[in-house]
Amino acid sequence: MVKVTLDNVSKFFGKVRAVTDLNLEVGDGEFVALLGPSGCGKTTTLLMIAGIYRPSRGRILFDNEDVTGLPPKDRNVGMVFQSYALYPHMTVYDNIAFPLKLKKVPKQEIDRKVRKVAKLLRIDNLLARRPGQLSGGQQQRVALGRALAKEPDVLLLDEPLSNLDAKLRILMRAELKRLQKELRVTTVYVTHDQVEAMSMADRIAVMNAGKLQQYADPQGLYNKPANLFVAGFIGSPPMNFVEGSIREDLSGGYYFDAGAFKFKLPKELGELISSKSIDVVMGFRPEHVKLSLNREEYSIEGQVYVVEPLGRDIVVNVKVGDMLFKVVTKPGVELRPGQRIWLVLDVDKIHFFDKFNERAIV
Amino acid sequence: MAKGLGRKALPWLFLAPMLALIALSWIAPLFLTVYLGFTDLSIKNFLAFIRNFFTEKVHITIDNFRRVFMGGDPYISEVFKVTLLYVGSVLLINAGYSLLLSISIAYLVRNEILSMILRVSWLIPRITPGIIYALVWNWFIDPKYGLLNPMLSAIGVPKAWLPSSWLLDKPYSQILMIVVNGYIGASFGMIVYTAAIKSIPPDLINAALVDGASDFQVARNVIIPLLRWPMLFVTAWQTLSLLASYDVILMIWGSGGGGGYAGIARAAGVMVWSLYSYSKAFSEYMYGYASAISLVLVVIGIVLIVVYFKLFGFRRLMEPSRVEV
Repeated sequence: MVKVTLDNVSKFFGKVRAVTDLNLEVGDGEFVALLGPSGCGKTTTLLMIAGIYRPSRGRILFDNEDVTGLPPKDRNVGMVFQSYALYPHMTVYDNIAFPLKLKKVPKQEIDRKVRKVAKLLRIDNLLARRPGQLSGGQQQRVALGRALAKEPDVLLLDEPLSNLDAKLRILMRAELKRLQKELRVTTVYVTHDQVEAMSMADRIAVMNAGKLQQYADPQGLYNKPANLFVAGFIGSPPMNFVEGSIREDLSGGYYFDAGAFKFKLPKELGELISSKSIDVVMGFRPEHVKLSLNREEYSIEGQVYVVEPLGRDIVVNVKVGDMLFKVVTKPGVELRPGQRIWLVLDVDKIHFFDKFNERAIV
Repeated sequence: MAKGLGRKALPWLFLAPMLALIALSWIAPLFLTVYLGFTDLSIKNFLAFIRNFFTEKVHITIDNFRRVFMGGDPYISEVFKVTLLYVGSVLLINAGYSLLLSISIAYLVRNEILSMILRVSWLIPRITPGIIYALVWNWFIDPKYGLLNPMLSAIGVPKAWLPSSWLLDKPYSQILMIVVNGYIGASFGMIVYTAAIKSIPPDLINAALVDGASDFQVARNVIIPLLRWPMLFVTAWQTLSLLASYDVILMIWGSGGGGGYAGIARAAGVMVWSLYSYSKAFSEYMYGYASAISLVLVVIGIVLIVVYFKLFGFRRLMEPSRVEV
């Protein structure tokens, strides 16, 4: 097992900047997710760690050894591709044995390792089959087996669950996490699904447009998003945003003026924000709002627009001026579209971002 | 009702010109060849034969086949050997060497522009008019003015090893026959193979690289196994087309004086089966015997087609760039 360090790594394809100045450290045995929308450079980053792509700039270190110039075969990484990339002309056994054969491992040793990993992944009954005769979930496990059989220093996973159906995906999520903890293999996991990243990873690197947005543990990302992008990307339904400005009233108090409504702020909070920026974006998560039929302190008046029952929770869309805010609440209260309602915000859980550089203020 | 009829008739109306051409240029000659193969038609009895076509005065005979199979024609066994050499060696280039070529061009050479230049350079003989291609070779190998011998000398081939005539001295003439035909034919395999290699998902190759394969091991363990069908297809196709092709040999050994093309091709040891039939018909005017020789080739061709179809299945054979993924 090794520690993986990306030191100011960039990758350009012609004029396209796929990854720019990426600094990332994945600890020994750590499970790190690279999270971002498609085209954000996360798979490129993974392929650079694997050695398929060479960085245009910067260095990649395994422990303290510079591997930037090493071909994939000299890095001892295992990788699971989104398409699984199983060799269609080989049996499951030969697929898993392939990396070991290339390493010139003795035959009995190969056999022992293949059977061990197959047992671990519960595919030992499929060894004689070909990939074409397997279901998606089985193929995925074979691909994982192939990556693990060579006992890699680093395990790279490129959206390994995205081709599975929803039920199997949730099952495999837990399975993968357990396996990773059991084997203690340094893992980099690429995904665009924030639930996957949040539920599995020790730390998450959120990427957008080739740049690292924030690198923190799941709770950190959720509670303290570093900028508007992370705030909007993490959480489902996403955070509500509203643009406005911080103003001082005659009595020296502060309020947030969104045009359609004014929202009174605690004095310290108002002072803190206004010392940094006047034009801001306020953000609050749907689950941090309480609905009330009466005006309360720190509340916004609106109208029920649509109610989406989800069973355990309901999502209430509330119209304020011409804005729509989502609120997650427990079922029970009868709500009719058009009904007057107050959103009571939890002041400790409101986020403010600078409107221009989009960075978090509070 | 009228509409339904039109719908049935219309395709046939469109197909009619092509069907007529096929019937005239393909089916009728086939039957004529079969018929003529069993006659003694030659320049000597040509007019009488035409006059008596399909009457009892025309001699129906199996003498032609006796000559082919029972040693009546002492030269036929050499023609057979040359044909085997020709088909076998050129096939090695067209189906085998072109595979190595395609892997180099489509996989090992990462630079797209260089790869394209290489591909085009192998296509040049195919897009050059055949007669020009043959002429250029004739100039190239000319012992006095040609570039080939000086070039070989320049890279250190001793003078004593070089032939005085590439056209006539065996085995140089046969090497030339193989190279000239191989250079044209390799591009067919190359087109099929490179398309197939490009259709292999990049993930599969990346997976092999991550698994620890060198470029050579990727080619051997991933690319070549996945090209099984394209390889079988190219081999089958090229065997059939090589059996029937003699045009380049005719153009190269047919020019130049002294006894006509047939004479030179024979002396040079490049007389392949189909050229032999051609020369029997159009230089010795033994139409009946030439038809019989062709007929043997037709039968071999049909047998091979049946074998290939049995082996690969007709539908799979018709999908040239199929890659099993």
